[in-house]
Amino acid sequence: MSDSVSQTEVEIRNANGLHLRPAMQLVDTASRFMSDVKISNGKTSVDGKSIMQVTMLAASAGTKLTITARGSDAQMATEALKDLIENKLCGEQSRQAERKSAG
Amino acid sequence: MKIADVICAKAVIPRLEAVKRDDAIRELIGALDKAGKLSKGSTADVARAVIKRENEASTGIGKGVAVPHVRHKAVKKVVAAIGVSATGIDFSALDKQPVYTVILLISPTEGDQHLQAMEAIFEHLQNDNFRKFLRQSETVEQIKELLVEADQNPSW
Repeated sequence: MSDSVSQTEVEIRNANGLHLRPAMQLVDTASRFMSDVKISNGKTSVDGKSIMQVTMLAASAGTKLTITARGSDAQMATEALKDLIENKLCGEQSRQAERKSAG
Repeated sequence: MKIADVICAKAVIPRLEAVKRDDAIRELIGALDKAGKLSKGSTADVARAVIKRENEASTGIGKGVAVPHVRHKAVKKVVAAIGVSATGIDFSALDKQPVYTVILLISPTEGDQHLQAMEAIFEHLQNDNFRKFLRQSETVEQIKELLVEADQNPSW
């Protein structure tokens, strides 16, 4: 079985950035895949399956990250991570919901 | 941001008395309060907020380390305390292992200081030697020296 490489660029959208909880979500998702996952902010490249390393990116809102997966499920991994980071990270949605419920 | 600038030297506790998670959090917050880092009369509320956050999702990130934290109006500037436990504390950590090093971080409600402080702290925490030395430290002086040394040699 040959390894494939998949790369995608994402932008951090939740207002508080990639703080601990979203970083944990990211690591959880990355860890579901066989592929190696590297995340880079242009300066630092870290292991997407290590919570200590991902938190080191300290990515604030608006930061662009490059995700590179290498392995048999590389493309599924980058797609899942892009979807998570751009649409599902905890923080922003929950605050919007709070504002709505507060009237 | 340097880790030595974030850690309040008067809130470094090489031998935590607490053996339970919430007590350890209160012990560290009490030390920050004594050092004058929190606005008056806010300790109980800060402790409640940190424990609430901890209950939502553990900050026990594995390898014997927990980083309980919250954004709170009791501080204008990010401040952190360090506690080392000889016995280990159950933080419901990701790897289910006891926690020997607790770094408590209180950040202002606005701004990027929180992320920058986390970056500085995690940069050192992922270093095996840093974690090992921190856990073995027995005095405040040893921990202070370790922090300064770590800031000076990011790749040691």
